Amino acid sequence: MVRQESPGGVGERTRAAVVRDALGVGVAVGLSGFAFGVTAAGAGISVLQACVLSLLVFTGASQFALVGAVAAGGNPFTAAAGAFFLGTRNAFYGLRLSQLLALPKALRPFAAHWVIDETTAVALAQPDRRSARLGFTVTGLSLYLLWNLTTLLGALGAEALGDTSAWGLDAAGPAVFLALLAPMLKTATERAVAALALVLGLGLLPVLPAGLPVLVAALAAPAVLWLKGRRS
Amino acid sequence: MNVWIAIALTVVGCYAVKLAGLLVPAGALERPAVRRLAALLPVALLAALTAQQTFSTGHELVLDARAAGLAAAGLALLLRAPFLLVVAAAVVVTAGVRALGG
Repeated sequence: MVRQESPGGVGERTRAAVVRDALGVGVAVGLSGFAFGVTAAGAGISVLQACVLSLLVFTGASQFALVGAVAAGGNPFTAAAGAFFLGTRNAFYGLRLSQLLALPKALRPFAAHWVIDETTAVALAQPDRRSARLGFTVTGLSLYLLWNLTTLLGALGAEALGDTSAWGLDAAGPAVFLALLAPMLKTATERAVAALALVLGLGLLPVLPAGLPVLVAALAAPAVLWLKGRRS
Repeated sequence: MNVWIAIALTVVGCYAVKLAGLLVPAGALERPAVRRLAALLPVALLAALTAQQTFSTGHELVLDARAAGLAAAGLALLLRAPFLLVVAAAVVVTAGVRALGG
């Protein structure tokens, strides 16, 4: 994992290698902002609203969750709650990054905006603090610029396309969720949580107001943990 | 539904949790139970969201072309395809099945 900062050069990666890794992640994921722009437009959200989300929320899963809830016609509070709970994982990334990057206090409010899955993954993969800072910054900057640019293009493009479902673009959102979920299903505990959440999410959908089934499904996490505690 | 209210709440909430992570002392959230729950919460939410956005329209459960698209995405994930390709597979297969009248 993360080694202590080495004095001068020994064990440090070359800056070029760090930048290459960071750009690889930033560009690949940044381009999926296109899928978000299209999904947002398909959900009946305006181009301006889609761009505001990418500029100011800047955490993919929460953005997709919010536009999904808007499309389903939930109330704004349940929609925002789902997006918020998905975003809470970023707080735990921040905990690990604050120790690793050791940012000056004045920089933290700005750096916070870039604390997401991808920047954390790149920073934690580096062997020393200097590389981690560089990886975090390059990933954050490239991803932020591209994500916002492609959100705008996707939203404008979807308006031009008209019916996005004919192009299969309504499958982009769930595919993004699945791609984020797959690497998390490491042990039986995660799989049990996912299975229970799936059953709750689908089972309660016809009977509860829009947006609520997802929040109830989130209770699968503490429920499985509690059951595990009981059995051990 | 007032979309701007939802957007404003999401902007504030998502930024607040990001900032909290960088500012709180490490000990505050480092309890094992909190950490385990934090790791499992996204799993539950993502699983529920994936299922709902694939198998429902409004308040109705439906089985349509999106299921085929998601199966394609799952296959791409098993084959360790890059993120963009996974999303593209879902979109192309869904569109293909619809074009064939599915």
